[in-house]
Amino acid sequence: MKDDASKKDINPTPMLDELEGGKWPSFVTGLKRLRDEGTPNNQEMVNDLLGQLNHSYEERLGFWKGGTLSVFGYGGGIIPRFSEVADRFPASKEFHTLRVMPPAGYHYTTDLLRQMADVWERHGSGLIAFHGQSGDIMFQGCSSENAQPAFDELNAMGFDLGGAGPALRTAMSCVGHARCEQSCYDEVRAHRSIINKFLDEMHRPALPYKFKFKFSGCANDCVNAIHRADFAVIGTWRDDMKVNQEKVKEHVAEKGRKYTIDTVISMCPTRALSLNDDDTLDVDNRSCVRCMHCINVMTKALSPGDDKGVSIMIGGKRSLKVGDLMGTMIVPFMKLDTDEDFEALEDFAETCIEFFADNALEHERIGETIDRIGLPAFLEAVEVDPDPNMVNHPRTSSYVRTDDFDEAAAEWFEKKAREAGLTVSAE
Amino acid sequence: MNDQSNKPRTPDEVGVPDPFPYMHPTLKANYGNWDWHDRPRAGVLHHVSKSGDEVWTVRAGTQRQMDVFTIRTLADIGDNFADGHVRFTTRSNIEYMVADEAKVAPLIEALEGAGFPVGGTGASVSMISHTQGWLHCDIPGTDASGVVKSLMDELHKDFVEEKMPNRVRITTSCCQINCGGQGDIAVNVQYTKPPKINHDLVANVCERPAVVARCPVAAIRPAMVDGKPSLEVDEKKCVCCGACYPPCPPMQINGAESTKIAIWVGGKHSNARSKPTFHKLAIANLPNNPPHWPEVRDVVRKIVDAYKADAKHWERMGEWIERIGWSRFFEMTDLAFTKHHLDTWTGSRKTMNMSAHVHF
Repeated sequence: MKDDASKKDINPTPMLDELEGGKWPSFVTGLKRLRDEGTPNNQEMVNDLLGQLNHSYEERLGFWKGGTLSVFGYGGGIIPRFSEVADRFPASKEFHTLRVMPPAGYHYTTDLLRQMADVWERHGSGLIAFHGQSGDIMFQGCSSENAQPAFDELNAMGFDLGGAGPALRTAMSCVGHARCEQSCYDEVRAHRSIINKFLDEMHRPALPYKFKFKFSGCANDCVNAIHRADFAVIGTWRDDMKVNQEKVKEHVAEKGRKYTIDTVISMCPTRALSLNDDDTLDVDNRSCVRCMHCINVMTKALSPGDDKGVSIMIGGKRSLKVGDLMGTMIVPFMKLDTDEDFEALEDFAETCIEFFADNALEHERIGETIDRIGLPAFLEAVEVDPDPNMVNHPRTSSYVRTDDFDEAAAEWFEKKAREAGLTVSAE
Repeated sequence: MNDQSNKPRTPDEVGVPDPFPYMHPTLKANYGNWDWHDRPRAGVLHHVSKSGDEVWTVRAGTQRQMDVFTIRTLADIGDNFADGHVRFTTRSNIEYMVADEAKVAPLIEALEGAGFPVGGTGASVSMISHTQGWLHCDIPGTDASGVVKSLMDELHKDFVEEKMPNRVRITTSCCQINCGGQGDIAVNVQYTKPPKINHDLVANVCERPAVVARCPVAAIRPAMVDGKPSLEVDEKKCVCCGACYPPCPPMQINGAESTKIAIWVGGKHSNARSKPTFHKLAIANLPNNPPHWPEVRDVVRKIVDAYKADAKHWERMGEWIERIGWSRFFEMTDLAFTKHHLDTWTGSRKTMNMSAHVHF
């Protein structure tokens, strides 16, 4: 097609052109289509975006800087980007991103996708990412002027901004109950009730640093909660796992004994499985740690038990600044069925967020705060009793003052007695 | 325009949207009631409910950064060949759910015909989780979408087949903050030089005490430079992490030559079998070489091939290396083991082999 003479010249993109070949869908081809066939505003903006990106490829440097931008009523949720090479690429001098929270579990109708595309064609560059690493839909490429009308339209459709900066961040939940037999709790309800309760912490950033929730239905942890969330909610169960012995036999008959032993029995991390001589499965449920491996392999024969709930791990994060942390087991088991159960989860989340707000240093994640003050001080602050499931093993260092050990032991035995339904003498 | 329209619109803080209005009807009807699943072929999941309902899911790779035309093409496919409902995975794959098995084959044909590879399930190399890079980040050392495009072109076959020992999760990150997260293979920027400071700008742009506090090795201190309040870096202490750059852009950490790429292996979030693990350094100092990053691609290929050839079924990358030992890993991938592979950070003692166990 011949270029319209009235149009600005097309920026050459020799480096990016190289990324149009190959079998994987090309984002460059998509951007070029916006440049050539998009609305007039999309065309201009994306032409200069491509120009700047190609410039980055040539110089091997980035050319965006941050800034401050928001919409009425909000203190965050938009990632401002101003070009440092706007003199050469003026149409994309402002190229902000609206972080918008998707429906929990990432469900869409095709109609919804079209509506979102239409909004972004009118108000933005026409470039949308499904999804960013924090779980948001990223509507990328908006001028400062268009941020408010774009948000207004998305908001009228029932969508809201996600988190950015030192604030509660957008959460993620796995497909879970919607399409997975391994799911151990209602992820949608947990996700929505927690985040929607604390929206003020998301939209008016006032925390020491970011705070993330993620919700996985089982220990396969498909949304990477244990490492990528400050507060990870992972499904589990505490009764016996369910075994359909006929299906076990069918599996062994189909795959073979040796293969079943090699891939199921021998791979159990706590040696809790044994294959009987009649090709049925023997499970030592007291030793099972609910890792999900055998259930992943034998999807028809094995499944989680009936007494389901969640574990909560706190403090996962990436390197900045003390180094990587996985979340630490803080609540080994919590039921999550009734309204009261969900309220208890919300209450505990509130306790943790308040602890974080009151005690973390600026730019410190809660995992780092726990590292700094020690797990016992954190447990005392959030009113959780120590539990052997919190550690790989008890301490190995003798550098600790233990003169109140007897009182602590008495508390342990009282707690055990209460759990067993006994009356504690002091009461 | 009346006064009303000049007033700002009051936002409706709806929060996380309810997914049920958008959810496939079979998924909605069987919410929390699924029984088992299998995978009839690569890229297809088949779930069966306790009610007897069945649903087939066809998974396809996307470029994640999508123009409205691509989005409309995906929507058209959903209307013409599926039931009008889709979802996305955390790795930006799109999933179409259909309640009728007869729709699976035409749907696959439509997706592949439109250039969307069907796969990413089970023991495959799924889509690479990636960050924003030069396209949109304010501190990137490299691009993200371009690195991913180059790598997925190379790994296309491994995406559309399920022929790996177990799933392979690759991540990329365009700075050392590592927004891409842990991966079986992680392709991350690694800076190699201390920040270059523009002392004319520091006092006006940076909140200096906050920058000093940000440094993980206490290498930054306030200083007067040429009569201006600024910051200086003890370059002997500096670990070139780039943590000072986001709060203080005049402390430029990136350089066309000095920004390098490191590849890490053996990270895992899942609790299946072994506990979740962090990825470990395999190789550093690869050039940041757009548009195809061939040196990175070649190392990733070697690692994927070695894993595919030698790991046992269901062993993830890190579990395979745990079994064969690091000496064999470096031998099989033809990579060097250097002093830089010895951890020196807090807790590094726990990464040492404090035993007589040796792999020969």
